[in-house]
Amino acid sequence: MSQTPKSRVVSAVLTKDLRIEARSRVVTNQVLPFAGLIMIMFAFALDNDDVLQRVAGGLIWLATIFSLFVIVQRSFAIDTSDSALDSLRVAGIDLSAVFLGKAIALTLQLIALDVVLIAAAFLLYQVHVSAGGLVLLVTCVICATAGLGFVGTLYGGLTAGTTGRETLLPLLLLPVVAPVLIAATRATEAAFGSGGAATSEGWAWVGLLTIFAAVFGIGGSLAFGPLIDE
Amino acid sequence: MTSEKVIDFKDVVIVYDNFPAVAGATFSVDAGEIVLLQGPNGAGKTTLLRACAGLLPIARGTANVLGCDLSTNRLAVRSRVGLLGHANGLFQDLTVLENMLFWSRLVGAMRQDVDQAMITMGISGRLGETQVAKLSAGQRRRCALASLIVRRAQLWLLDEPHAGLDAQGRDELDRTLRAARDAGATVIFASHEIERARSLATRSLMVTTGTVKPA
Repeated sequence: MSQTPKSRVVSAVLTKDLRIEARSRVVTNQVLPFAGLIMIMFAFALDNDDVLQRVAGGLIWLATIFSLFVIVQRSFAIDTSDSALDSLRVAGIDLSAVFLGKAIALTLQLIALDVVLIAAAFLLYQVHVSAGGLVLLVTCVICATAGLGFVGTLYGGLTAGTTGRETLLPLLLLPVVAPVLIAATRATEAAFGSGGAATSEGWAWVGLLTIFAAVFGIGGSLAFGPLIDE
Repeated sequence: MTSEKVIDFKDVVIVYDNFPAVAGATFSVDAGEIVLLQGPNGAGKTTLLRACAGLLPIARGTANVLGCDLSTNRLAVRSRVGLLGHANGLFQDLTVLENMLFWSRLVGAMRQDVDQAMITMGISGRLGETQVAKLSAGQRRRCALASLIVRRAQLWLLDEPHAGLDAQGRDELDRTLRAARDAGATVIFASHEIERARSLATRSLMVTTGTVKPA
């Protein structure tokens, strides 16, 4: 029996995950307010425009990473709650296509989240961005969220079905996403010109984000099937 | 009907959570049979079904399913079997029709196959537009069985397929399994409802403490 083309599986899984999100609205009704609260609470806690402008990049990405844990757990809960993941395994499809479909869905949700968080930073922290900075910022968001999408899906698959996965996932994932937090923060600071940083300084960090996304994209595609199988 | 062996297990040992859940099982199933696995809870029926689906590694012995050696390549058998375990393998937030269309896209089935399977299992019409989370246990079971029909599995592996179904659903399931057998599929199922299951099965096997004997 011939195997279903990979692109069809990617598309089916991607559509399924986004449709479930659109219907359940976990990201819009729970994750977004949670991330927004982080931004607002820091604004009140620091209560200093200069400091807030300086740390805006870091706060955006901290809020993104905390939100990542919730979205990844939700993404795999829909697959494990009625053993649909087992059905996917038995369907005899290429599980790397399932990985890609889920990772792209996760990335799109994170991009939507970051658009709101960056808008909140403009509003609450009074940050500014030049035309060149905007290009850098958009590229940084795409590369960083892709990296987070790939690594989140890989570790979500690793912890799916394990007991205590709610606490295990952040423990495993936080050290791994530290390079994304650092690089995306530096690139975002360069885009905002925080602390006198030049826009050009940010591109090297975007390079690091691209490498991270490529490594976890390729590594995840290869490892996801065996991980889910074990 | 041919006497081709669809399942051929010889002294198979399957270790699950460091425990030999199947300890030296030897049995075979011919094409076109409907075989009942009976036995007490924890005897190894579910483990055997999951192993036949290529989901569990074989620790010892030789295990062939649909001509695939499970010791060396258990992935190859997966696209040719349909497994329905205790859970239904459905997405709760999607409607019945969306679930069916998702599985049909994964296996390259046509829309008319989906419509026919939904009619066969009595989940077409208004029920098809209902979210799975809002269905009764029996309706979910019928939805899961319809997805197996869409997948056109050559070997159906069913764990307590009658569970949660009302009398009409059970009759419909029995008819569906016989129709699947007539269409060339082989069915192996575990059940505690012995009377009904025996009337459906062409042969029964008893599973006790990880071994298999004729019932």
